[in-house]
Formats: sequence, structure tokens, C-alpha cells
Amino acid sequence: MRIAVCIKRVPVMDVKFRIAADGKSVDETGLKFDVNDFDLWAVEAALQLKEKTGDGEVAVFSLGPDAVQEQIRKALSMGADRGVHLKADRTSADPLAIARALAAELKASAWDVIFFGRMAIDSADQSVGPMVAELLGLPCVSAISSLEIANGRGTAKRELEGASEIVDFPLPVVLTVDEGLNKERLPSLKGIMAAKKKPLESKPTPIDGATVNVVKMELPPERVGGRIIGEGAAAVPELIRLLQTEAKVL
Amino acid sequence: MANIFALAEQRGGELRKVALEAVTAARTLADATGGGEVHVLLVGAPGIGGKAVTLGAHGADVVHVCEHAAFVNANPEAAAALAAALLARLGARAGVFAASAEGRDLAPRVAAKLGVGFASDVTDFSVAGDAIHVRHPTHTGKVIATLALTGTPALFAVRPNVFAPVTNAKAGRVETIVPPADPAASRVVVKELRGGGKAKLDLSEAPVIVSGGRGLKAADNFKLVEDLAAAFGNAAVGATRAVTDDGWRPHSDQIGQTGRVVSPDLYVAVGISGAIQHLAGMRTARTIVAINKDKEAPIFKLADYGIVGDVFEIMPALIEAVRAARAQKH
Repeated sequence: MRIAVCIKRVPVMDVKFRIAADGKSVDETGLKFDVNDFDLWAVEAALQLKEKTGDGEVAVFSLGPDAVQEQIRKALSMGADRGVHLKADRTSADPLAIARALAAELKASAWDVIFFGRMAIDSADQSVGPMVAELLGLPCVSAISSLEIANGRGTAKRELEGASEIVDFPLPVVLTVDEGLNKERLPSLKGIMAAKKKPLESKPTPIDGATVNVVKMELPPERVGGRIIGEGAAAVPELIRLLQTEAKVL
Repeated sequence: MANIFALAEQRGGELRKVALEAVTAARTLADATGGGEVHVLLVGAPGIGGKAVTLGAHGADVVHVCEHAAFVNANPEAAAALAAALLARLGARAGVFAASAEGRDLAPRVAAKLGVGFASDVTDFSVAGDAIHVRHPTHTGKVIATLALTGTPALFAVRPNVFAPVTNAKAGRVETIVPPADPAASRVVVKELRGGGKAKLDLSEAPVIVSGGRGLKAADNFKLVEDLAAAFGNAAVGATRAVTDDGWRPHSDQIGQTGRVVSPDLYVAVGISGAIQHLAGMRTARTIVAINKDKEAPIFKLADYGIVGDVFEIMPALIEAVRAARAQKH
């Protein structure tokens, strides 16, 4: 089984972000970075699939500046076999421009499964996976929360709002992974040592043809909350009054 | 004058509220670009064409209907091919989708087929010369990006519950549309739709959401959350990641950074401390109520109305009070 996983380096979100001087990007000073949450589950899904079938390889791809090699190494330390760094100093706000750059690399070999995370938690597009599938002419199932693959076919569950779908598909396929499919493994010390010796190729990758561009970035207005109306059940009548007369939602 | 496209989402033969929101947004955009026509694509099992009237009432000039047995369940390959073909044929200026599970699966495929970019989860849009500008929350809602869409068509998906459906009667003329490929030949087949009966309000559509966290102490105590939702009568039930990770609730109920992002009129957080992960999914609710025993809990900083105390004491009283208030109103 030949498996590709595409991962993204994203900031850790438990901070107050600042807008950079250009007014069009997030100031990265002092930010910590990690592999996008959903992409860790995609790596885990790939590793489990390889372990189950007993042979093949898991290759990890990431697009971005040299710093993304840190995230590729993390995936290698979890157990992926090799990494490919698609080197681009700047990325794009256009998911199709990103998808084209990834697809141009992925089409160079034949994959049985190409995994993505459902969404990058920074840009929040949830688009690159299905776009790559389309560009490669492959079937795609997005946002899967269960997966079984056997004999060249697969079945997955997709979560919808208040419902779910059971989906059948043939291989090769592009799958995007939602929360709930698995829990990612932590890299072992042995894995971290081994990752240092695993192949990581870096190749310059052009990103062009964007028709979505950032005009500006800003922080949303602060929410003015913090009003405690009372303690215990005694505060309920006041809450009802406020919901009726002030918020007008009851 | 420019044609604007919208996709009308349906499930089980019923239009979803997000369909009307997408049509409303498309109407607004058509009027803002000189009063062009709104063309809506409606795909479903035989009989779905009967819903075209509702789309006309919300501003569709033309409803392109494709009925086929292979559209009983979602059929994204065939639907994307139809949408791309129609957008191309109309020479549409823009295409509007819903940023729902289905819309976010379908629209990127359409964009790739047409070779144009796409913006998802859009909370506002405007016409700026030859471009369309959209606002799109990033970084778990802590940053708002304004994006310029310069491709034609400009494709974007609107966040559910942001563009309230508006009645704006247009002809809603029905045209039958023939799929470019046999819908029964799709490689990916949805063989079953589970849950989501009409009785159950889903998280993206519900005007009120009652959500529970670890403060409820055990899965069985979620009954308090369900009872309060039932008392409101128009509420859906949500949960924190801690709760879905523990298996108290299905993952599809999770609100937060890795779950659903919701914008209801009212959000009631019960026994939720307010981890960053959770706040990312509900900070745009119009009114937030928090009930928690710890007065230092971060959720109170965001809440419009907070009650400090034991959820097991407060919830039964609140359920009764909401029931009484609703009964009085009707």
C-alpha cells in the first residue's frame, strides 16, 4: 500500500494573535507551531493502514518555508517513512493555488490513498483535499470519522450536521480526516532518533495563479461579557427576565 | 447585470435552511451587481422539483432541477459536475454555496473543475469593482481575513445562520437540467444516511443551542441539557470536546476548534469552563449564557449573563422557568 499524507504547520492557538505591519498577515513573532490537529489524525490513519496491510510506505508532504521540516520530522518520528518538503517562502490564501502545487508533486507517483486533515485550523478553508482529488481525477471522501479498507475498496463514515453518511469508494482515493477517526500516537524516543536518519527531500515549489488574495486581516471586536447576574437557582427569574426583555430570545 | 448561481441543499427530500440562506445571499449579490438573475441548482430524487416554489419565494429567478434516483442520498461527484457545467453555461459572475458539511465537500470540487479559487465559511460579502470581497474568520475565529475574489465565477460558501432567509418573491421558473454524466456511475456512493430525522434540529440551523461540559459529571446527566433544549422548543444540543472524547456524546455534537462552529441567537453553556478549544466554536453566538460552579471559569468572561452555582440545583429551576415562559407566550 502506497500512502501519501499532506500536513500543514500551524500556530498553536492558545494566544492572542497580533496583525503584522503589512496589515495582511498574522505576526508570527513569539508564536509556537505544531502539526495541524486534523493532520496528526491523518498521519495516524496512514500509519494504521500501513501496519494493517503489512507493507508499503507512508510519505509525508508539506508545503511552506524551511520551518515546515520540523513538522515533517514529527510525522517521521511517529513512524512515517520519508518526507517531501515543497519549499515555498510564501503560501497563498487561494486553496486552489495550494492544491495545484501539491497535485503537481503527487501526480509524479501512483498512490493508493492520499490523506489530508479535514481542515487547517489557521486558514480554516477545508478545501485543499477535495481540490487535489479533482485535479488528479481521483474519487474523494471528505471529513471521515471511520474507515475500513480491504480488497481495493473502502467504506467510511462522514459526519454531517445532526446526521452521518456511510460511503463506499474504490481505491485509489483522497480521504480527509475528521476528529474521532483515531487518536494520534506520541512519538517514542526511538522514533525521534530514527526520524533523524529518514529521508527528507526538499524541492522548490512555485505557487501561482491565485484568484483569492488577502486584502486585510484584523482582530474581531472584543466581546463584552463578564456579567454575573447571580448565584444558584435564585438567579433564574432574573435570567428569564433578561432573556425576554434585553436579549429578546425567549 | 450578471447571473448569480446558488446551490440549494436538501436532505431526504426536504430543503435545508442553509439552502434558503444561500439563495438569499445570491439575491443580495445579484441586486448589488445591477439586478442580474439568480439561478439555483436543485438536485434530488424524483419529486424534488416540488420544492422550487420555496426557492422562488426567496429570490430565485430560475430553478434548475435535476431529478434522478441516484440523488436519493448525496452524490457529490455528480452534483459537482452539474454545478460546474451550469456555472459555465450561465457565465455566472459568482456562485454561492452553504458552508455546511455538504457545501464544504462540494464547492471545492466545483472550484477545481472551473479553475478558480474559493472562499469558505464567509460571514459577509461586498462588491468591490471587478472583485468580490468576503470576510472569513481564521485562526479559530481570533482573526478575520478580508479576501478579494478575482476569478470568474467568484465562488464562496456562507456560514450557516449568518444570512437570515428573506422572502423576496421572484418567478422561480423551473428548468429541467440534464446531468453531464450518469449520476448512477459515480465512483463514490453514499449508501446510507443515518439519523437527522426532521424532528431533530441540527446545530448549524438551531436558533438556540444548549451545550454541556464536564461539569455535568456523567453521561446520564446530559438529560438536563436535553430537557432544557426541549423546553426552549427550538434548540439543539451541543457538547465540549472533553465530553465527546469521553463518549458521552457523539463527535458530531462537538462545538469548537476541531468540531462545529456555530452562531446561534442564544448559546447556553452548562458546566463548561471555557477552554480555548471550545470558545473557538461559539464565540460568535449573539447571546451567551453560562452556568458554572467556578466563578473564575473563562466562560464567564465571554458570557452576557452568568450564573455561578451548582448546575444540578440551577438546571431543574431553569428548565421549569423556560417551560413556563414559553407556555405563557403561546
